[in-house]
Amino acid sequence: MIEITVRVNRAAHQLTIDPRMSLLDLLRERLRLTGSKKGCDHGQCGACTVLIDGRRANACLALAVACDGADITTVEGLADGDDLHPLQDAFIRRDAFQCGYCTPGQLCSAVGMLAEQGPSAVTADLAEDPPVTAAEIRERMSGNLCRCGAYVNIVAAIEEVAR
Amino acid sequence: MKTFSYARARDAAEAVTGFTPGTMYLGGGTNLVDLMRLGVAAPDRLVDVSRLPLDGIGFAGETLHIGAAVRNSDLAAHPLVRTRYPMLARAVLAGASGQIRNMATVGGNLLQRTRCPYFQDISRPCNKRQPGSGCPAIEGDHSNLAIIGHSDHCVATHPSDMAVALAALDANVYLTGPDGDRVITMPGLHRLPGDTPERDTVLEPGELIIGVELPPPPPGPSTYRKVRERASYAFALVSVAALLDVAEDGVIREARLALGGVAHVPWRARHAEQALRGAPATEVAFTRAADAELAHAQPLARNGYKVPLSRNVIVRTLLELMP
Repeated sequence: MIEITVRVNRAAHQLTIDPRMSLLDLLRERLRLTGSKKGCDHGQCGACTVLIDGRRANACLALAVACDGADITTVEGLADGDDLHPLQDAFIRRDAFQCGYCTPGQLCSAVGMLAEQGPSAVTADLAEDPPVTAAEIRERMSGNLCRCGAYVNIVAAIEEVAR
Repeated sequence: MKTFSYARARDAAEAVTGFTPGTMYLGGGTNLVDLMRLGVAAPDRLVDVSRLPLDGIGFAGETLHIGAAVRNSDLAAHPLVRTRYPMLARAVLAGASGQIRNMATVGGNLLQRTRCPYFQDISRPCNKRQPGSGCPAIEGDHSNLAIIGHSDHCVATHPSDMAVALAALDANVYLTGPDGDRVITMPGLHRLPGDTPERDTVLEPGELIIGVELPPPPPGPSTYRKVRERASYAFALVSVAALLDVAEDGVIREARLALGGVAHVPWRARHAEQALRGAPATEVAFTRAADAELAHAQPLARNGYKVPLSRNVIVRTLLELMP
């Protein structure tokens, strides 16, 4: 067992954990923040996406012990009280989900993605920081699967917020 | 998952000192943590090197030095990499997802293991995972495995995109370890399977990658092209890192070519490069060069498609780089 300190959604937590525990299990089982979902537990689906020190990451692939000292934001930390994050609001208005299981990961991933700099695999000119087009969103969000296939509205919701 | 002890190293020297038999270094963890969960990797001890002060990118004279703990996303977004080494930026951006590129380190990317389905399934034999147990891939599902440089013991491929560009760029990999420091030029870090497929690289126990150095690139445009089963977030069926420098008279002065998804190593296509140098920059010459390399391919029963696919990807990519 090992002691770590993490900040999660602006609150500090001191926890004694098994070094095998993933960040995802820490969030869900220890802190009861069940917004982040365990889809594949192999980094293939993106349902567990959270922000670690402001950058999107798969919580299932992060050992909690390796996050000692980190600042974590989960989907529960996106809204400001009853004021939804603009992406949450856009997802609702654009009907960007069906079952909702992938949605927390989609939201955290989109928040992280919109803050990222630089080109993507579909950017024609590497020297440019490209505008956030639908094609760029599709490529940059490829780490988040939606088995309901709500992609069209997910892209539309993100595009609306990016504008 | 088997239990293990964990320590975070403050610098490379402390990491190496902390290495004992059964220790593994932990980078971003995007492959290692998954392999531990699958039971494929079972370290007694993890020494976390992901936050070592090896996270810088900058010129040292004419060469670009990249720290081993630099995250893949920071490497691809760096202005010097985007402008001077476009094939490297493109290769990194072609790999994994935005989330994984944020976690994955340069050192860890080079040391990731094959995604051969038998290697990742502990209920099956695998010479790489359990030396001497056999290779069911040879008779089984090898549709995405090696076509060149493989052996009767292993037909796995190396999954990295970044390593393919580093192989084409003659990148130097800086190592430190219990017996001191050394430098290995890519693609020399990785090794062919032969009869010891359990060894992916030439690293000795306790050796740690501390950085990668890129010599000045040859003149000429370069790029990375990757063919996969879906448009994004998948490993390569075939990929190519290519650079082409064509003189005023249409003769090729210099060419660099490396292939991904076809071998146990990032495959530097030296036969093709040799055929290209001094040849006219034409589709006929590009095809001849691709064939010079692929003459050495020995596809398996169900991955023969990779030979014409490699040829077409090489030719198309070189055509794209024509002046």
